[in-house]
Amino acid sequence: MLGFYGTPVASRLMLGTAQYPSPKVLSEAFRRSGAGIATVSVRREAAAGEGADFWALVRELGVRLLPNTAGCHSAREAVTTARMARELFGTDWIKLEVIGHADTLQPDPWGLVEAAAILSAEGFKVFPYTTEDLVLAERLLDAGCEVLMPWGAPIGTGLGLANRYGLRALRAQFPDVPLVIDAGLGRPSQAAEAMEMGYDAVLLNTAVAKADDPAAMAEGFARAVEAGRLGFEAGAMEPRDMAAPSTPLIGKAFLA
Amino acid sequence: MKIMVNGTPQEVTATTLAEALAALGRDGETVATALNEEFVPAGTRAATPIAPGDRIEIVAPRQGG
Repeated sequence: MLGFYGTPVASRLMLGTAQYPSPKVLSEAFRRSGAGIATVSVRREAAAGEGADFWALVRELGVRLLPNTAGCHSAREAVTTARMARELFGTDWIKLEVIGHADTLQPDPWGLVEAAAILSAEGFKVFPYTTEDLVLAERLLDAGCEVLMPWGAPIGTGLGLANRYGLRALRAQFPDVPLVIDAGLGRPSQAAEAMEMGYDAVLLNTAVAKADDPAAMAEGFARAVEAGRLGFEAGAMEPRDMAAPSTPLIGKAFLA
Repeated sequence: MKIMVNGTPQEVTATTLAEALAALGRDGETVATALNEEFVPAGTRAATPIAPGDRIEIVAPRQGG
């Protein structure tokens, strides 16, 4: 069974909690997704009581929480945010985001490694939001990370797997490290593709929250993730260029 | 004295971070705090003095991706 830092994970679909049209829809989406892990954040309250309401809602979901450091642009900022999140949510799991580029929200590799090392030394279980870069992956593992979360495409784009070659290479290079496609997925077929490639799980938010029917889309992704995983485990046939009849020719009636 | 709370100037008479939170009516809530960009655990707020111009961040659980 898949596990992150020694904790067994039943569902290979991880879901964000942002951008849903209502708390009710969020709850329904989680129920139909079967997700066991939810990403959350720490933020200033725009109105008093917002935090308490949300806190009550996520506790009702009965899922494990993975707080993020979304929006942090330096290692220092991310480390402080992680420390606040650990106290607030009572978990040492942290989805580490250190953003290096405003338009693409591409991770800052140097800041990411720096923050990962500091947080790992403090006992955090770091889930770094990273690129498919092999050298960066190695550095993150050296820094203490036991899970890597490469992007499929930039956050919120729904473009799917933008660099299939790079993602295949990452999977091949680190066969024993849990790898989660985080961000960029827009459709269930893209999640299925990631799973067929051998990725261990997918993490998404916008694709579900911004669908016309988020709860139905959550279930669509859940089935796609399961189908893709089964496809990977089953071992797919090799494609070929020329047709190969599936029905035997031997025994065919001579009717010409 | 004047301090910054979540980016907004506030006038408080508090001498510690814990007193400031109470003065702001935020002491009973599930929040995490930072003082001048450094995390301050809940357990040490009462022993953390504040000075004019200090920047306090108060954050709560929120939606995230």
